[in-house]
Amino acid sequence: MDNPAPPHPPDTRHRLRLAGALELSPSIEKHPVTIHERYGHFINGELVPGQGDESFATVNPATGATLAQVAAAGQADVDAAVAAARKAHDEVWSKLSGLERGKYLFRIARRLQERSREFSVLETIDNGKPIRETRDVDLPLAAAHFFYYAGWADKLSYATRGAPPRSLGVAAQVIPWNFPMLMLAWKIAPALATGNTVVLKPAETTPLSAMLFAELLQEVELPPGVVNIVNGAGATGNLVVSHPGVNKVAFTGSTEVGRAIMRTIAGAGKRATMELGGKGANIIYADAALDQAVEGCVDGIFFNQGHVCCAGSRLLLEESIAEDFIARLKRRVETLRVGDPLDKNTDVGAINSQGQLRTIERYLEIGREEGATVWQGGACEPPGSGYFVRPTILTGVQQSDTVVREEIFGPVLACLTFRTPDEAIAKANDSEYGLACGVWSEKTSKVFRTAHALNCGVVWANGYNLFDPSSPFGGVRHSGFGREGGIAGLWPYLEA
Amino acid sequence: MSRTCTESDIRRWRASTVDDMTAARRVDRVRKRSIKVEAKVRLLELALSMVDLTTLEGRDSPERVRALCRKAQRPYASRPELPSCAAVCVYPSMVPHARAALGEGSPIKIAAVATAFPSGQLPIALKLEEVRRAVQLGADEIDMVINRGAFLAGEYARVFDEIVATKDACGEAHLKVILETGELGTLDNVAAASRLAMAAGADFIKTSTGKIQPAATFPVVLVMLEAIREHFLETGTKIGMKPAGGIRTAKQALHYLALLAETLGADWLTPDLWRFGASSLVNDLLRQLLWRAEGYYQSPRRFSVD
Repeated sequence: MDNPAPPHPPDTRHRLRLAGALELSPSIEKHPVTIHERYGHFINGELVPGQGDESFATVNPATGATLAQVAAAGQADVDAAVAAARKAHDEVWSKLSGLERGKYLFRIARRLQERSREFSVLETIDNGKPIRETRDVDLPLAAAHFFYYAGWADKLSYATRGAPPRSLGVAAQVIPWNFPMLMLAWKIAPALATGNTVVLKPAETTPLSAMLFAELLQEVELPPGVVNIVNGAGATGNLVVSHPGVNKVAFTGSTEVGRAIMRTIAGAGKRATMELGGKGANIIYADAALDQAVEGCVDGIFFNQGHVCCAGSRLLLEESIAEDFIARLKRRVETLRVGDPLDKNTDVGAINSQGQLRTIERYLEIGREEGATVWQGGACEPPGSGYFVRPTILTGVQQSDTVVREEIFGPVLACLTFRTPDEAIAKANDSEYGLACGVWSEKTSKVFRTAHALNCGVVWANGYNLFDPSSPFGGVRHSGFGREGGIAGLWPYLEA
Repeated sequence: MSRTCTESDIRRWRASTVDDMTAARRVDRVRKRSIKVEAKVRLLELALSMVDLTTLEGRDSPERVRALCRKAQRPYASRPELPSCAAVCVYPSMVPHARAALGEGSPIKIAAVATAFPSGQLPIALKLEEVRRAVQLGADEIDMVINRGAFLAGEYARVFDEIVATKDACGEAHLKVILETGELGTLDNVAAASRLAMAAGADFIKTSTGKIQPAATFPVVLVMLEAIREHFLETGTKIGMKPAGGIRTAKQALHYLALLAETLGADWLTPDLWRFGASSLVNDLLRQLLWRAEGYYQSPRRFSVD
């Protein structure tokens, strides 16, 4: 009664020849970028080689070729960076008026827009994500974040309900490899707007755009020490967050590392925000606009190769439409182009690292062992070299399966079904994580009832992975705490 | 074969809703497709072969129609190897002149707009008479308009029956059903009207008369293509699509073909199943094709107006 079968079930005999229907010639983005042989750190306004001998390579994941050697910061480098940040905070940045701080932020935002293509290309080369996304999403959003918080800099008393806004001091910020520039902007923009200074550690697989950003900061003549960038892997990150001169820790990354950081800084009186993993559920009701919901699933899980903490990696389908919907989704996936990230037509680029590629492949193996049916599609075969995974859909999975419970962080979608809204909500909430969910229905009352019952930080209605600097973002439970973006993004950087 | 529609058919057509925001995002994504070098040439030539070269003015003359026919046969005299257009699209009164210019059995079809184009505001008997006359005069294809007044009033069965009757009046001629999406107001209406028209026997569904703004838009075409896809998957019948009005640039045409390829696949990339209702588009296609061949852009004056 609730879910009548469609009067004319789709006839599977009729097939559309979608894969490869749109034959395109290569269209490679050729905007020039400079990649140096070696990179050090950015401390006190200077690009410095680093005091230790340790270094690591960053590679182009689309080819596996080494791009540059990057110094790994040790204690001496981190001490210097924190000291520079402290001095800049106490003597310059916290003393500047909000209006003056805002001017610097506006300059950063404008310059980022002007050099946007250069940043996009470099980010694509270092990260593996398609140029279409760096060009149309990462860089425009990063600039928008600086513009947004530039506007707040002289209006902070509206965020503190009239209390005089006071900065915390030095913020240690550790960011992940999935959105290097965007996460940099999410971290640095609110910190600077509120009068804090920064020691930032980019991910070790994607340091290049942050180092280009350092050059940009020199260009806009940001006072030395206000932003410091130290490179390195987990050991460096640990030095940064555990440094006694740091007042605030902001971390985006895995739940495992977030937990370790919280243990490290416990009892040290440091403020913290954690933006951790997720296992987002995209709930599709039978009364949704189905072809658009398909698009939402594609945006939810195949955007950025699924390297998105809020990815809609679980698809919850109302049973009456499940078969039809998965057929629609597969048809759409057959038009996704997997390939050279610098090709303007690439939809799904390279997996960021060999390690992550292995992780994804291991999860697919576990999925098969636990009984999942693994389907992979795409408009074309992935390139022979580099790290690629075709968009993957898992069916025949259950709530207890590893691939449904754990964050895979790849283009892998696990499909489950439900019969009633209550069941959909129960399944969506059945997760350690609580970052983001999507709800698709043309019935507004159902959308709101469902959204309110979902236990997570972000709910998108008839959309997924849509970001705006004015909208707070963050999770609950194992997805972390604290918010970034909007007015709520200012609070973690201000004295209560 | 007599076709009827039931209340449950109508409910089903009305139930297929569209989310405007996400449809717009889908379209934006297709319009970012970068179509270059060989792929561009191939698609430009394909687009040229899909044009229904159109003149639908009160001042149309036999001589203008003859000029149009010549251009459709041989879009650019210096490059005779380029494909000819799919059809010329004219008022019924101009059909004999087009037939005389193109000859019997011409590969270029003659499409006649009928059923009191563009408004459709005539009694059904007169509309059907116009269709029969146009076919008698030599039209291969009839571009009819739906009864938007009835559609917007919720009289779907009446709209359906009028299409069925028009299809009967067409005989052998192919029927293109113009939804005039600019008057339908919502994508939900476009989705319902598309389904209704296909069920009633349309060979093609077409966006617009070109007399109402907005005419063809990318979201509207996406929704119509999705309706065609659903119809094909249910019935196995391939219905054609014709966006018309406002398509002036080669870039628009290329992106429409990208949308088509990604929604319906390789089988639809043929003039049998896709047409552009346009006039000035041909010159921009030629300009782009010559740029590929000669390395610089021709002055627009190099190409004839008609």
